[in-house]
Amino acid sequence: MRATLLLTLAWRNLWRHTRRTVLIVIAVALGVWSMVILAALARGSMEQQIRNEILNLTGHVQIHAPGYRDDPVIDHRMVPPSPALRAALDDPAVTAWATRVRVPAVVASERESAGVALVGIDPEGERGLSFIPGAVVEGRYLAPDDGAGLLIGRKLAERLETGLGRRVVIMSQDVDNAIADRGFRVVGVFDTDAPGAETAFVFVTRAAAQAMLKLGEQVSELAVMTTDRRRLDALTARLKAAAPGLDVASWAEAQPLLVVTASITEVVLYIWFAIVFLAMSFGLVNTLLMAVFERTREIGLIQALGMQPRQVLVQVLLESLLLLAVGLAIGNALAWGHLAWIRDGIDLSAFAEGMEMVGVSAVLIPQVEARDVLGANLLVLVLGSIASLYPAWRAARYVPVEALTRV
Amino acid sequence: MPATVVCRKLCKVYRQDSVAVPALTDVDLVIPKQDFACLSGPSGSGKSTLLNLIGGLDRPSSGEVEVDGRRIDRMRKGELAELRLHHIGFVFQAYNLIPVLTARENVEFVMQMQGVPARERAAKSRQILSEVGLDGLEDRRPGELSGGQQQRVAVARAIVSEPSLVLADEPTANLDSTNAEALMQLLRHMNDEHRVTFLFSTHDKLVMDHSKRLIKLHDGRIVGDERRR
Repeated sequence: MRATLLLTLAWRNLWRHTRRTVLIVIAVALGVWSMVILAALARGSMEQQIRNEILNLTGHVQIHAPGYRDDPVIDHRMVPPSPALRAALDDPAVTAWATRVRVPAVVASERESAGVALVGIDPEGERGLSFIPGAVVEGRYLAPDDGAGLLIGRKLAERLETGLGRRVVIMSQDVDNAIADRGFRVVGVFDTDAPGAETAFVFVTRAAAQAMLKLGEQVSELAVMTTDRRRLDALTARLKAAAPGLDVASWAEAQPLLVVTASITEVVLYIWFAIVFLAMSFGLVNTLLMAVFERTREIGLIQALGMQPRQVLVQVLLESLLLLAVGLAIGNALAWGHLAWIRDGIDLSAFAEGMEMVGVSAVLIPQVEARDVLGANLLVLVLGSIASLYPAWRAARYVPVEALTRV
Repeated sequence: MPATVVCRKLCKVYRQDSVAVPALTDVDLVIPKQDFACLSGPSGSGKSTLLNLIGGLDRPSSGEVEVDGRRIDRMRKGELAELRLHHIGFVFQAYNLIPVLTARENVEFVMQMQGVPARERAAKSRQILSEVGLDGLEDRRPGELSGGQQQRVAVARAIVSEPSLVLADEPTANLDSTNAEALMQLLRHMNDEHRVTFLFSTHDKLVMDHSKRLIKLHDGRIVGDERRR
């Protein structure tokens, strides 16, 4: 009953100065809109970077010979997966896995040469594991028995002035530390958003690479894709137990820079949240202080009539809460409308070159996370209410006789 | 007759910078139940100060105040608010009503704070507004009422919850003589019908003429106390 009265007073008081109220509602709405949208874009961008990096031969988990991650040369090779490791990989959480040969090499056309990573893959095993099966834009993908076929990135092909059907020579170091070279024919050209991949890799079949480098059945790495990249601890532990002496690393361990970038993105988001909130809370506190100051006599009157100081405090806080709630409702509606409008992504092709450098695709797809939306709303609502405590406390402290006689 | 208000050696001293300005000095006063008393005196004589101390709106520097047998000079802020809510009605000179509430809501304000059920509140407010001659104006906000009508709403609010004491500070100050006369007749009627104790402060001869008792103040002291009729 008293709550209804306080709510009625708070709501009606709010609209005594419509323009002032509308202005602060707009400020709150814009603040929340910017927080939700910016968070969705930042998360979308970060998600794309992580996804691209995972598809860029990283996978969710990698297994190597010790030392390979620091020095990825042929000396750091490993035997093919043991029965124990194969059993561990036969896990419902594992959606794909494959072994690869991956060593430094030089690729030479008739005109140019370039340093690359020679990647020997199991063409079928790479499906669902890396970008390469879906990235071929000219020619065809590798077949399992493609002894002399090679996939090259579009940019590298341009640099080497080579192309589909042309012959290139790969030179590397074999297991005996001797120079190994072999001619391959370009059967496909790939194009990808993965940063640097078009110039960094050339792909042949694993068997062809093993033969060229005299590796026998040995490989450089084993990559694993799972159902959820955020839940890798148990699987990683099982794989470590099944592959003693090998280096089992999650994507986060394999790409620490990406994890740092994600953390920085998160911090930048929180800084933005703080800036928006500070700007908003100044407006809010100022509005409430003005409202309390203008209503000094009225507050004195309701206290004289028997309203408790704590009820005066609650009334001013309710005003603040209602103001924030209206602003939040409008801000969230704006943000959702905007997100629905750009749900297919924002075309950044004008900046594609620069974006690809950091692993972001030409189309940035926003990603809404409940924690960001909840966080933005709670931040505004809870901290906004806390900021409103000061004007509310001032109102509650009025001495009725002084408030009633104030000019 | 038992007393509604008792003041003993009541003093109030205001401080202006480092100078002490006495507003009330050793005031002894008893207001019996159902009295219709008026505090008069020149400006600065201490009328409003005394009214504020009795109403628990301000605290005495020394002395005692009892309302309905309760010592209020030692009460905490919350206790004073509770006392005002349940035992005292107020009519001020101006700024009497809450501008965002209608006449009916203003009348119901105190009852709603007291936790009176909605149906009972509605019945009482309808009856009292009718009694003060405001039929048909229940849903108007203060800004849509004349000064006289606003004071009537304030009177209705002050007595609707049947307090033991109504304090009215210069209730006719902003009214023309016709409205002032009507208001005083109304208050006297309430005093007779509802057995409410009234204590006014005023400069207005009309209010004094309607009072049963005239208490004169000068320089913060009671200098006269006469029963009239």
